[in-house]
Amino acid sequence: MEVESTDSGRRRKAARRAWPRLRAGQVKHALLPLLGPVLLLLAWELLARSGWIKPILLPGPWPTLQTLAAGLAGGALMTDTLMTLMRTLQAFVIAAVLGLPLGVLLGSNVNAYRSVEFVIDFFRSTPASAMIPLFLLIFGVSDINKVAIAAFGALLIVIFNAAYGVMNARKQRIMAARVMGASRWRVFRDVLIWESLPQSFVGLRTAVSMALVVVVVAEMFIGSNNGLGYAVLNAQQVLNVRLMYAAILATGVLGYLLNIVFLLIERLIVHWNGR
Amino acid sequence: MAGQGSTAPLRRHYPGPPGTHITIRGLVKRFAGSALYDGFDLDIPKGQIMSVFGPNGCGKSTLINMIAGLIPIDGGEILFDGKTRQDTKIGYVFQNYREALFPWMRTLDNIAYPLVLQGWSKDRVRRRLDELIASFGIGFDLHRYPYELSGGQQQTASIMRALAPEPEVVLLDEPFSALDFEMTLFIREKLQQVFMDTGTTMILVSHDIEEAVYLADQVLLLTKRPTRIAEQVLYDEPRPRTVDTLSDAGFVAVKKRTLEIFQREVRR
Ligand SMILES: Nc1ncnc2c1ncn2[C@@H]1O[C@H](COP(=O)(O)OP(=O)(O)O)[C@@H](O)[C@H]1O
Ligand SMILES: [Mg+2]
Repeated sequence: MEVESTDSGRRRKAARRAWPRLRAGQVKHALLPLLGPVLLLLAWELLARSGWIKPILLPGPWPTLQTLAAGLAGGALMTDTLMTLMRTLQAFVIAAVLGLPLGVLLGSNVNAYRSVEFVIDFFRSTPASAMIPLFLLIFGVSDINKVAIAAFGALLIVIFNAAYGVMNARKQRIMAARVMGASRWRVFRDVLIWESLPQSFVGLRTAVSMALVVVVVAEMFIGSNNGLGYAVLNAQQVLNVRLMYAAILATGVLGYLLNIVFLLIERLIVHWNGR
Repeated sequence: MAGQGSTAPLRRHYPGPPGTHITIRGLVKRFAGSALYDGFDLDIPKGQIMSVFGPNGCGKSTLINMIAGLIPIDGGEILFDGKTRQDTKIGYVFQNYREALFPWMRTLDNIAYPLVLQGWSKDRVRRRLDELIASFGIGFDLHRYPYELSGGQQQTASIMRALAPEPEVVLLDEPFSALDFEMTLFIREKLQQVFMDTGTTMILVSHDIEEAVYLADQVLLLTKRPTRIAEQVLYDEPRPRTVDTLSDAGFVAVKKRTLEIFQREVRR
């Protein structure tokens, strides 16, 4: 009896000693990223309770999160999120399908790139939202319009990055292929395209964020009756502040998830990047 | 065969002595107007290893890149058994193995790449790879990606890729200088063994005088620019050469002579 209890006691003590040491580090690492959001929610809660800001302008985090959850679980917010996602992906696919081959081709011919560099840089630096009226003239108040303008903004980013990826290809890899007897076409297919992939993916990831931004802005200012941009603006105009915050949060969630998905795809395809 | 150069005076491309593989005649290469090579002649023997040794920046890499057809020449002519570069199969091993292999392909596919380029059948490629793996005694997994291998393993794979199509000439630009000593010794022995098996003409650029002499039948010593041949030192010790060779009186004498010529040229 005595022996047994001492033994189990010793074991328990050893376990207690080993346990916190093993877990403390891991737990701290797993929890660190949560610290920011928790602090933000706390500050929000305090601000809402303090009464400095009228409840009509700033509802507390819990009611807002409840509205968000209810809206996403089959409410109108879900439809809006899906509509915005659809438009963003459509714009993105157009930009990627046109932009990647175009960028790689431009990048593999320095003269061709130099001759259009200014145009690309100029429109890349022009906020796509400034072009909305122009696109309105061309496409009218249609759904295509929102996709078209987002695709335009995203396209330039894709072209630019794909072209730079090719232009900065390791010279030695190209030399290696050439000395093995690769034709210009094989060098292009087997080396240049691959060498451009890491930079192209930076472009694709930036492009999808850009497409989302433009789609949301377009949904606000080009006649629309769905989409997250519409939801934010509409909630504001009918003074449903809680819904407005929920819609803003939904936009953030969508953008964040898109970024994560693209990072994962990137890591899968460009597995050699940074190694 | 007409000269490729536009500025070199038209001279007949005279052949080298018997046993010559590569003939370089009246080679001209300029960078930004100043000549690196200006009427350079060289005979490179067939079925031998020629080490190239010379001061930093004297144009060793440029020379083998011109032989490989990777950079254009401004005059003169380079022929391989009387043939042009187009009709010659050349293998090239780079110093920087990290940027020589294709990291998006598995190592085995990297080694097979020159064979695929030449349109070999799957079966034939497979057989050649098995042959290479056996002759190199590969103990690591070639299905990994290059970045998953050690530096020495990557450079071994680079050498296998260069040798895969059974080239007539293999060019190696400081293939050991990015490796640790242990790996250098290992790959050096592999290279010697492959050479003894195949007798392929090899040109080895090296900045290590011991290594240059150890592997070579002939050490080509170059001067500072404008680059000329300072001397061609022969070393006819039979192979396989071993660690004992390094303390051999003949080896030591050749090494000493090479070093003396090098020092004379650097001081000039
Ligand atoms: N692309 C280039 N443009 C201008 N100068 C070059 C270029 N490539 C090589 N050189 C010059 O040619 C000389 C020989 O270079 P290199 O062949 O790399 O020397 P080594 O391999 O013997 O150290 C050097 O002085 C170098 O500066
Ligand atoms: Mg060099």
